[in-house]
Amino acid sequence: MSGQSTYTPKSGLEKWIDQRLPLPRLMHDTMTTFPTPRNLNIWYTFGGILTFCLGVQIVSGIVLAMHYVPNASMAFDSVESIMRDVNYGWLMRYIHSTGASMFFLAVYIHMFRGLYYGSYKAPRELIWIIGVLIYVLMMATAFFGYVLPWGQMSFWGATVITSLFSSIDQIVPHLGTAITTWLWGDFAVGDATLNRFFSLHYLLPFIIAGVVGLHIWALHVPGNNNPLGIDVKSPQDTVPFHPYYTVKDAFYLCCFVALFAVFVFYAPNFFGNPDNYQQANPLVTPPDIVPEWYLLPFYAMLRSIPQKLIGVLVLVGSLVTLVFIPWLDTSRVRSCRFRPLMKQFFWAFAVDAVLLGYCGAQSVDAVAFGIPLVWVARLGTIYYFAYFWVIMPIVGLIETPKKLPASIAQSVLGESAAAPAE
Amino acid sequence: MGAVGVAAVAWPFIDQMNPSAAVLALSSIEVDLSPVTVGQQVVVKWRGHPLFVRHRTVKEIAEAKAVVVSDLPDPIARNQNLPDSAPATDANREIKAQWLILVGVCTHLGCTPTAFEGDYGGWLCHCHGSQYDTAGRVRKGPAPQNLLVPPYAYLSDTRIKVG
Amino acid sequence: MMRIALPLGLALGLLAAVPAVALDTTKLPVKDVDFSFDGPFGTYDQGALQRGFQVYKEVCSACHNLDHVAFHNLDEPGGLGFTEAQAKAIAAGYKIPVDPNDKGDIFDDKGVRLTRAGTLADKFPPPFANEEAARANNDGNLPPDLSMIVKARDGGAHYVYSIITGFKMTPPKGFTVTTGKYYNPYFEGWNIGMPPPLTDDMVTYSDGTKATVAQEAHDVATFLAWASDPKMEERKRMGFGALVFLIVLAGLLFFSYRRVWADLH
Repeated sequence: MSGQSTYTPKSGLEKWIDQRLPLPRLMHDTMTTFPTPRNLNIWYTFGGILTFCLGVQIVSGIVLAMHYVPNASMAFDSVESIMRDVNYGWLMRYIHSTGASMFFLAVYIHMFRGLYYGSYKAPRELIWIIGVLIYVLMMATAFFGYVLPWGQMSFWGATVITSLFSSIDQIVPHLGTAITTWLWGDFAVGDATLNRFFSLHYLLPFIIAGVVGLHIWALHVPGNNNPLGIDVKSPQDTVPFHPYYTVKDAFYLCCFVALFAVFVFYAPNFFGNPDNYQQANPLVTPPDIVPEWYLLPFYAMLRSIPQKLIGVLVLVGSLVTLVFIPWLDTSRVRSCRFRPLMKQFFWAFAVDAVLLGYCGAQSVDAVAFGIPLVWVARLGTIYYFAYFWVIMPIVGLIETPKKLPASIAQSVLGESAAAPAE
Repeated sequence: MGAVGVAAVAWPFIDQMNPSAAVLALSSIEVDLSPVTVGQQVVVKWRGHPLFVRHRTVKEIAEAKAVVVSDLPDPIARNQNLPDSAPATDANREIKAQWLILVGVCTHLGCTPTAFEGDYGGWLCHCHGSQYDTAGRVRKGPAPQNLLVPPYAYLSDTRIKVG
Repeated sequence: MMRIALPLGLALGLLAAVPAVALDTTKLPVKDVDFSFDGPFGTYDQGALQRGFQVYKEVCSACHNLDHVAFHNLDEPGGLGFTEAQAKAIAAGYKIPVDPNDKGDIFDDKGVRLTRAGTLADKFPPPFANEEAARANNDGNLPPDLSMIVKARDGGAHYVYSIITGFKMTPPKGFTVTTGKYYNPYFEGWNIGMPPPLTDDMVTYSDGTKATVAQEAHDVATFLAWASDPKMEERKRMGFGALVFLIVLAGLLFFSYRRVWADLH
């Protein structure tokens, strides 16, 4: 909780710095003594992992930027030069490309944790909204970044997604085309587009870092939520962040990095698309244009609507919806552990997200078990919106939640725990 | 007053993203039609795409005019000089009947169709088999739309400006 | 007139109603074949790499570029195992278009492009000056660059092997090969622009290995896998070290975590 600092400098140097810039105090209050619920499980470690991922992407990205050339005739070759000639260039490149996938893997687990445990509910609404902003910035950063190698998927993915803005023509004639030309800097995706995408790709991660700072700052006002979804009631409910969660997060981070290493060293192209190892060719369209896996559910939703403008509005709506979640969920109980009905809809939503992702990866006219996948995607899209706009409000009102424990300490330590102070 | 100042400062930063002078210089080309003989096609590059400049024969024009628009897989003219809903009559596909100016990009997946091939005497796209007639309208195959007619105008009887 | 029109119309109508059986020309799954570099501990078989290089040099390079591979890659560790001297000799056998001479000429008196012998710094020169020349010499088809082909195709080296050995098949009934193309069921659509490139004993291997089509295909697929991924051996070696380190570290951190949390219960 934010409150009076109990920090006392331990050395002369610390005191000297702290008197001039209260950074030692900040470190102490936020990462050492910060009271953290004692019952946080593995799903709560991903915030720390995400900060690590951001750091990895920034460092590996800056290194790559020392060798990459953002010019349409040289970009593809410069990436190959990084892979073959630059010392450990292959390692930097694979860390960065695989790191993006790991970043999104972690962010999805982090977001689903928030949904399950009701971490978006009062007083943490702003943390959630800032989180949605971070997520959208990540999607933009990843989209720009994927264009940079200037492979076939880079080029055509950029063409498809930027062309979506031309659908605005149906609302204000010629405005959509004007916006698309302005984004491209040309009459089609080309060198001008590539150069500006590089500039923005370099910029956005630092904006993300700033917003992450706000995210953590906002978190430190009420403190962490926990799997029980009940408030901290006494000091017995919490432990200091250091050493309890520093060591636990370090362990989980190490496991995460081990998984990361398996991909980087043994399956570095697992998340990628072979078409992107072919240089961009404006005259040849690949048979299937697919974005990276983490954007597939949204791609499926977009493609399931035959009308271009409505598809774009559905896509934008699916992200804007996330902002309203703190108010759409009417339940007085935070955690799905005590919400037997909501829990089932949650898992259905998780399945829906994976199903939409699968649909997004297939070609538009694909059929599975005699069902055209575009209809599966449509049903999936309907459930996505229904989960937030219909199920969340209604279930919160009609559900009978399970009985909540008296306190975190009592739940963790059992009946023998001392009764919490009133 | 403040708003005017802000807008005045902001505009250069916004406009710098619009196509630069170098891009705009390439965005329009002039094509001399006189070297293209009857029954011949010439391909020029325009905005990064191939542009078909085809001098149609009398027979090709007659065949194109005889087609009933409602029989076409794509009944829209796809002519950037005309409104979006204009039907794909032969007259709506060009300005002068003997000169067909089309963007040479197959509307299926972007390959360049080959002229004078296919069942309709227009174009055949070898990539996936789309066939276009002598007005560049799709007749068979997976292509969803007729070949696009770019914005262009006649500077003289033998010279056009495209884009 | 009406007496024939009705039954004729009926007959034609019936004919039209019979649906044409559309042949599914989806490419076949890649052939199941073993490569020395498969798996987390796989490495490149140097013998196969050198034989494959020979196949590329004597057969494939007539049409296919190897734009991203430089001669100095030939003596790098984790690769073909040539010495620097051998790599230099290979490079010297190639003619590289030269920069202008003192008089500013790039053509000699007869109009032939001036060239010099290749050095380690040079990349493999392309067989054709540009895309138009490549198409003109190959019936309008563009032979793709091979330096990344294994990474640029679904199925990788297995796909390359399947394509090269997949020509020895007769087309099924009902399938007409497009004029100018060749039947290959491992290629999407079954019509490939490349004629069957290999025959038995097309090259004579210096190490005495029998040069069957399967052998040549296997070797050139290995070589092309290396061309796409020359750092593979270093990558897998580093990965092993990294994972051992991380697993040990995870173990230590796990015990630290249990120790720290023990006093809470």
